[in-house]
Amino acid sequence: MMNCRQASILLSAQQDGPLTLSQRSRLRLHLLLCNKCRNFNRQLQFMRDAARAPAHWE
Amino acid sequence: MSICITDLEPLRDYLYRFALFQLQHSSSAEDVVQETLLAALEKPDSFHGQSSLKTWLTGILKFKIIDTQRRIYRDPLLVAAVDGEDDNSDFDVLFNKTGHWGSDAPRRWEKPEASLEDKQFWATYSRCSQLMPRRTAMVFAMREELGLEIEQICQQLEITATNCSAMLYRARMSLRLCLEKNWFGNTP
Repeated sequence: MMNCRQASILLSAQQDGPLTLSQRSRLRLHLLLCNKCRNFNRQLQFMRDAARAPAHWE
Repeated sequence: MSICITDLEPLRDYLYRFALFQLQHSSSAEDVVQETLLAALEKPDSFHGQSSLKTWLTGILKFKIIDTQRRIYRDPLLVAAVDGEDDNSDFDVLFNKTGHWGSDAPRRWEKPEASLEDKQFWATYSRCSQLMPRRTAMVFAMREELGLEIEQICQQLEITATNCSAMLYRARMSLRLCLEKNWFGNTP
């Protein structure tokens, strides 16, 4: 079973390119069981939206 | 299409803020804006008027910023000072022995989108992004703010994809923790 440290690395990697099939299924299983990593994933997505929002230099 | 300096002047401030955000250094930002305006005046024919002048200039500016970042990135003094920026072991303290989140585990951020409209949020964001080591911040800005793909970053900075991913991981872990402690922790 994947731990949170490994999951956090894959969640970050997923922001930059596709994971392998096996990585994806192991990650999905981990996310089903771990709300902290689900929070982490939502935070990554929010940080991407923030970084790409024009508001910070407008 | 002809472009004159009076068309460019009103956009200068915008371009400067854009550049400053990426480079975090006022004289480098001033330089790239200068070069961008010069390029626009010297090669007005490459502006076809399909996009707005602002979009076109921002496009040129992005290339100049990437160029500058590449130069700074390879600065031997900087390289010596921050060797090991792709080492993730300093985040090990966030995890317990079995690799699960410890006391600083990610919490649920309430209504994060609303923060994007808040000036104070951007002040916190800016402070948090400055906590990252210089080269890490640069890779993060190239990926997230300029929207480059990993392969492009590797090519520009001559680093490996593994190196690049490790730095992005660090950047995200560091930004996340700082925002949670200094922004989302305070909202009810």
